[in-house]
Amino acid sequence: MENPYLPYPVRIDEIIVETEDRNLKTFTFVFLNPEDEERFAYQAGQFAELSIPGKGEIPIGIASSPVEKGFVKFTVNKAGVVTQHLHNMKVGDIMGIRGPLGNWYPWEGLEGKDLLIIGGGFAFTTLRSSIIYMLDPANRAKFGNIDVVYGARTPGMLLYKEELIEWEKRDDINMHITVDGTDDPDWKYNVGFVPPIVEQKAPQADNGTYAIVCGPPIMIKFTQPVLEKLGYDHNHIIMSLENRMKCGIGMCGRCGIGKELVCKDGPVFTLAEINKTPREY
Amino acid sequence: MIKKIAKDEWASGLSKLAKTYRLFGPVAERGPDGARTFHNFKALAPGELPDLDLGNTRLSAKSLVFPQSEAMFTYTLDEDRDDHHILKEVPADGMSRVAFGIRPCDAKALAMVRMNFDTPEYKDPYWLRLYEATTFVGLACDAPCPTCFCTSTECGPYHEEGLDLLLCAEGEGLLAKAITEKGERLLADAGWEEAADQDLGARKAAAEGCITSRIGTDQLAEGDLLDLHGADFWEDVAFACINCGTCTYLCPTCWCFDIQDEVFKQEGQRLRQWDSCMFPIFTVHTTGHNPRDTKTQRVRQRFMHKLKYFVDKYEKGIMCVGCGRCVRHCPVNIDIRKVADLMNRYTSDAAKAEQA
Amino acid sequence: MLTYIDEIRAASARLLQEGAVEMVVGFRQGSQPMMNEPCLIRRPEDVDTLVWDSHCGINLTNYLTNRKEKIAVIAKGCDARNIVTHIIENKIEREQLYILGVPCQGMVDKRQIAMRVAGEITEVGESDTEIRVQTTRGEIQTFAKAEVLQQNCTLCTHRNPVLYDALIAEAVSEQTVDRYTDVAAIEAMTIGERQQYFQDLFAPCIRCYACRNACPLCYCPTCFVDEAQPQWVGKGQDAVDVMTFHFLRAYHCAGRCTDCGACERACPVGINMRVLTKKLEKDCVNNFGWEAGLSPDVRPALDTFNLDDPDKLIK
Repeated sequence: MENPYLPYPVRIDEIIVETEDRNLKTFTFVFLNPEDEERFAYQAGQFAELSIPGKGEIPIGIASSPVEKGFVKFTVNKAGVVTQHLHNMKVGDIMGIRGPLGNWYPWEGLEGKDLLIIGGGFAFTTLRSSIIYMLDPANRAKFGNIDVVYGARTPGMLLYKEELIEWEKRDDINMHITVDGTDDPDWKYNVGFVPPIVEQKAPQADNGTYAIVCGPPIMIKFTQPVLEKLGYDHNHIIMSLENRMKCGIGMCGRCGIGKELVCKDGPVFTLAEINKTPREY
Repeated sequence: MIKKIAKDEWASGLSKLAKTYRLFGPVAERGPDGARTFHNFKALAPGELPDLDLGNTRLSAKSLVFPQSEAMFTYTLDEDRDDHHILKEVPADGMSRVAFGIRPCDAKALAMVRMNFDTPEYKDPYWLRLYEATTFVGLACDAPCPTCFCTSTECGPYHEEGLDLLLCAEGEGLLAKAITEKGERLLADAGWEEAADQDLGARKAAAEGCITSRIGTDQLAEGDLLDLHGADFWEDVAFACINCGTCTYLCPTCWCFDIQDEVFKQEGQRLRQWDSCMFPIFTVHTTGHNPRDTKTQRVRQRFMHKLKYFVDKYEKGIMCVGCGRCVRHCPVNIDIRKVADLMNRYTSDAAKAEQA
Repeated sequence: MLTYIDEIRAASARLLQEGAVEMVVGFRQGSQPMMNEPCLIRRPEDVDTLVWDSHCGINLTNYLTNRKEKIAVIAKGCDARNIVTHIIENKIEREQLYILGVPCQGMVDKRQIAMRVAGEITEVGESDTEIRVQTTRGEIQTFAKAEVLQQNCTLCTHRNPVLYDALIAEAVSEQTVDRYTDVAAIEAMTIGERQQYFQDLFAPCIRCYACRNACPLCYCPTCFVDEAQPQWVGKGQDAVDVMTFHFLRAYHCAGRCTDCGACERACPVGINMRVLTKKLEKDCVNNFGWEAGLSPDVRPALDTFNLDDPDKLIK
């Protein structure tokens, strides 16, 4: 019997400090047993349990993309027991990864559609995974227009800055980067919270447009009416939820929102689906 | 086919079984003064007989397959060792086990809880290994407790679901009905082969007749989940609750758990232990945000999970077998029977209001 | 005592009608014999759901905090002492409460009765001095109340509320008892015996925290057992972790515990964890002449320093 609680052993291969407050780091992991990488085959939008012996596990969205091979990446905010410990670990250290877990953005159904991607703060990780996936030469033709609104408090708090700049230069993706505020005179992108930028820059919805939204609760709260105004149906608004988790496989019971389990039935839900739950997240 | 087990054959059969099985059964706990207090399932010591003279065990039989605290993995943090920081499965105890004296309600509960631990996508190896290694020998209830309401939960004092063998008292001895092949094998292994020209039908009917406590659940599947979630009675239901874990820890169908790492010097264990939706930390986020921050939300979660979410998710009825433990031992007398009736009535009232 | 309920209902109705309080915290009839359920009454027409008998053991002080309303509470001697402690500890303000004091003759220990009868109890009745139970076997048995009280009630020396706005009946006579014979017996044990005693005592614990949650003193927003950073105690069934929980919780109650018995009463596996809190209570009495919850105007023993405090510990 395969043990779904047993993590794959991995080695930390690279650690990048992402943000100016140093609270976000991106960890690149390499599987100790190369065959585990195949077993870990994942889709953009899934998450995994980062497993640190002696400390515990923490569910984190997968930031690398299925089209990137040889490693997996996670961007981790320093917050609780496990993530604080992880932030103090070094390249070469051994730990575990358990997954991939949960569902993913509905890629098959999204083929042929225009996509509006909205991210805020450090909830941009699985969106990075998604963008890299869609921009892959093998996949780009499968999707229509791609618009991305991504906001952070300051320029220094944006994740994946080099990639953002690269995407800005491309003509097959419309980037709308924004910050809440900045005193940088050279800042050439947007200034303002995510919801108003969505209102100004995002395309009107039609039957073939979908929005994927990830961000802090306050951003989601104020973005929803904007999307409604732009004509996005609740079936076309796709969100990724977070709740406290332990098992990640739908057994331990704590992440339930009504009859749905965020870890197994989610984390990806349409707003229409979420509306049918008691929204206990 | 019903077999008869005379009093002396019971003891000799058990000692035969002890050679190939680990035996578990209800054992009376004793207080500091030596007085018998209540029963719990324990591993039977050599020669020890399960004490079948009981109402029901204080804690349910779930700990037989789902111990309150269970090691899942071990590891070392000692970097001089090649396998440092790599988790190793705690080897399974492969020995077959027999659980004697499990009440039909507890056996049904385990069969239901299997739906949580044995899914198409994932199998919980710890739970399943113990469940499959165990032969469940039930003990029919000829004298149910006033708090038993198992006949309202698609269960009953002679219910066979989840059992391999059903025992009932017959004079000084016992009658045994094999339900599965596992049960037949156990009868053969124990040498309990004397046929009894008996039928349990009348006893079953008599026992069911003793159960006077009933709940209504017929409307629960029909009701709107969010309506019920927003019903006006939750504050009143929850007022007395002290948010302890008694109801959930005594419940045979509660399966929620926590996973924790513990390290002594350089050697660590990853443990699984019971957890409870009654505790605020069950759901609190690292940010401090808690989706079920109030007592009322947590009490509602417990009842909604058992009586609505589970009903909707699996379409197999309610997640309650009517054992009555939570009713008997709640320190403040919160009674699931009353809550089930409130929920059921709320749903039928809502339906009537819509028709009107 | 059986007539108390008339006065409780009348006073509650009057207070609600006059608008003197917005709610009454009391007990309503339980769904099982010997169990009543704490409840909240907001309308004068609902006061008839209130009950009072020998099964009102839960300490109601827990239900008063974190509320804005003006509350009338039905308080036994121990409840009143815990209310005093809450006032001292700034958990509640005196002005927010209308205390309907109930002179108490002790609450019945339902487990003791259950253990003394054959079969299951289906009905219970009582007179001023007796408890009468009927069982599933159709038998009726009668017990003298004094013989089946919760142990803490048999040792209670403050049956009359120490703080109240109205007493619902004449004060009852107080008992003169040696409160600490069980503590003395444990003190007389050798270290090894004592360790074994506590191991056996706490072996059945399932860490449901009913004792902690029933206790009016245990109101910390995050209990030390739930703390993750740092994690003070393991969460499993290891005997050391289990005992750490009970010992530390008892110490947190030192000089505050009124021996209301809520912890023991709530425990689903019948552990008498009161032996710990009683030892600390005894030390407070002997060393500082302090009994918790007698006056809102005196600072507690562990909150004050006197030059003549015993200092054996430091020497």
